[in-house]
Amino acid sequence: MGITEILFWFLTILALTGALMVVFSKNPVHSVLWLIAVFFAISGHYILMNAQFLAIVNLIVYAGAIMVLFLFVIMLMNLTTDTEPQKNRWLKMAGAVAGGCLLLVLVAALRDTDMKYQLAQVKEGNIGLIHYLGKTLFNDYVLPFEISSVLFLSAMVGAVVIGKKGD
Amino acid sequence: MPVNYYIFLSAALFCIGIIGVLTRRNAIIVFMCIELMLNAVNLLLVAFSKMHHLKAIAADAASNVGSEAQLFVFFIMVVAAAEVSVGLAIIVMMYRNIHSVDINFLNRLKH
Repeated sequence: MGITEILFWFLTILALTGALMVVFSKNPVHSVLWLIAVFFAISGHYILMNAQFLAIVNLIVYAGAIMVLFLFVIMLMNLTTDTEPQKNRWLKMAGAVAGGCLLLVLVAALRDTDMKYQLAQVKEGNIGLIHYLGKTLFNDYVLPFEISSVLFLSAMVGAVVIGKKGD
Repeated sequence: MPVNYYIFLSAALFCIGIIGVLTRRNAIIVFMCIELMLNAVNLLLVAFSKMHHLKAIAADAASNVGSEAQLFVFFIMVVAAAEVSVGLAIIVMMYRNIHSVDINFLNRLKH
């Protein structure tokens, strides 16, 4: 087992543990911190697949900006106490069984496909470098890139209008 | 690394997100679980892009097949950031009106 496999399994276990702790923590602030751990693990997977641009964007946008926004909202509402109302026990169990069944069906359906002979390239390959991604982005995908700036502008205006005090 | 492992990891993360959406009542936790599901899909897209790249460089060593998938992930992140800002604004407004983020109070879309 080389260093790549060890890193892969370490990051996988970190991601799964963090995801479970996001769901099962009582305190919302702990959930946010575990979600940041999950995002770090996923960024580690990106680095392992040599998608360096996406790893950095994932860290800056998700672990940096979005999670800070969540923390601000939680602290603004003073939700840090453990007084969240719980769903009743049967409803919780039904939710867990439904999710588990979906996982079972996905794993059973995908286990025997011919995908198991395919390899994903790790540690090498340079399509994830910003040099190649930038060439593709600004040659073939300029229009979606510009449209996404309009999307951001409208999201900003929408957030301000919704969050405005009064009427 | 076999791409199967990435498929199963992403499926597990996605299902944990679904379990969170179905079992929690705090609107912010539900929202975070949706982010978790989005990230599971992103991870799978990157794994598939590396899979196609590995097949393409066997025929042509200089090909850059697969960078479109990584750009797709980039656009998903863009849309997710916009979605989070609007969604959190809605949650803040809801908290200001009913002083709670319990989704059971949101089961009617009037008042």
